[in-house]
Amino acid sequence: MKCQKCDKPATFHITDLTGDQPQSIHLCPECAKGFLQQEEPAGPPPKITGVISKQLKIGETARDLAELDERQCPVCGILFYEFRQSGRLGCPNDYEFFAEELDPLLNNVHGSTRHSGKRPVRGSDDTRDHLELIKLRRDMKEAVDQEQYELASELRDRIKQIEGDRFP
Amino acid sequence: MILDDMTDRCGEWLRGNGPESDIVMSSRIRLARNLADYPFIRQCNDFDRANIETLLRERFSADSGFVDLTFIDVADLEPVDRQMLVERQLISRELADSQGARAVAIDHQEQISLMINEEDHIRLQVIKSGLDLQKTWEAISEVDNLIESRVNYAFHPELGYLTACPTNVGTGMRVSVMLHLPALVIARQIEKVFNSLQKIGLAVRGLHGEGSQSTGDFYQISNQVTLGKSEEELVEHVGSIVPTVINYERKARDVLIRDGNHDLFDQVSRAIGTLQNAQQISSDETMHLLSKVRMGINLGLIGDVEMRVINKLFINTQPAHLQKLSGGQLDQAHRNRERANYLHLHLKRQDAGSDTLPGNN
Repeated sequence: MKCQKCDKPATFHITDLTGDQPQSIHLCPECAKGFLQQEEPAGPPPKITGVISKQLKIGETARDLAELDERQCPVCGILFYEFRQSGRLGCPNDYEFFAEELDPLLNNVHGSTRHSGKRPVRGSDDTRDHLELIKLRRDMKEAVDQEQYELASELRDRIKQIEGDRFP
Repeated sequence: MILDDMTDRCGEWLRGNGPESDIVMSSRIRLARNLADYPFIRQCNDFDRANIETLLRERFSADSGFVDLTFIDVADLEPVDRQMLVERQLISRELADSQGARAVAIDHQEQISLMINEEDHIRLQVIKSGLDLQKTWEAISEVDNLIESRVNYAFHPELGYLTACPTNVGTGMRVSVMLHLPALVIARQIEKVFNSLQKIGLAVRGLHGEGSQSTGDFYQISNQVTLGKSEEELVEHVGSIVPTVINYERKARDVLIRDGNHDLFDQVSRAIGTLQNAQQISSDETMHLLSKVRMGINLGLIGDVEMRVINKLFINTQPAHLQKLSGGQLDQAHRNRERANYLHLHLKRQDAGSDTLPGNN
């Protein structure tokens, strides 16, 4: 087998465990030396989930955390626990609903909590309408899943109505 | 535009023109945007995803005065075609590998790419050859305005554009510059440069973005923070540091040449020799050697190979492109032989070979 970095025979067979998946690397002695001795790369920025858990460890007792984990956004239905695990929020309302937890996180990541750039030119529609649409679509899906078709069709009409008001 | 025609062209990031293009491959900006009236992707059900895709496709149709984009249904593509779009930097690995309704819209020059249902509903990207962040920003802001006139973005008066991940909130903007830094690698100065970049809030990534290894000495420098600084400030932040890095790379090259660095000459000669004569060769090794040849041409050490040929080989020897060009699925062993063939053919004799290269532009 040839070295992956040059043409010499590979005598070092390294399994690199630092990435997401184990990776086999085959190198000649010279390249292996370079590879193994390379300065620890500064590495990717800490993952958001890591930043969240570090912050929670400081701020919350175990019981507080258990309670916090159960908090659920009334609009999209995401649990705080799910956000903490995935690092991804569920809907625009989460930025309000979890504001208390997000504020220090944003400060930590960005060193700021205030946007100072571009803004949509056309005035934003009523946010409540948008959030209601998200909620109604979720309710409709649930109604369909539970075979409550009458309720589902009422919800669909309501969605159509709000959408129609906004995009006549 | 059909996917099969793509391999005839180089794609924007390897076109190899534009300012400072001996070192700067491309300037790229992406904006993360979400619709106000749908949940973010992880809370979307199948209906939501399909609705978002249909809605955006309708709103962005060319006959309504939008930019002329070709929509590609990514869910419907063969794996090799998805991989090809990743290799061309038109879609992310995340979009390629995820499930459910998702799409990308691309302009003919492959400068604009608009991903639908990636981590956010909309991921807009504009990429230009060479170092030109200002023009890239102007171009992407214009498309962003066009989108905004057709949909309601999720926007918060204090927090700015709302994104699925709090690390992107605010401007939703990532400004990145792709650099080719082989001399800094040889001179073992690259880590030092990266560490100092990280100290001033810039991230360094490999060829394919987040979490990827550097391949062929290509590195991306980008902003870390998206909230609290304006778009112009972010462009300035990244843009102001790039000339310094270019300067370091130039100095490293000068020193290598001045000292008559035998390692350098040897590496460049071996690289071209191997590429011309190998019987089988992996994609990684090819990238690694093409990188050396690219530097050799820039330093005047190789006279009879054209840069455009090398730039083209960078993309066409990657696994999906190679399979598209050879017209069928190949396992890894076959690919390695086919790749060696392809390189042999296109690097053999420039005078006779280059003009018959498929996909010269």
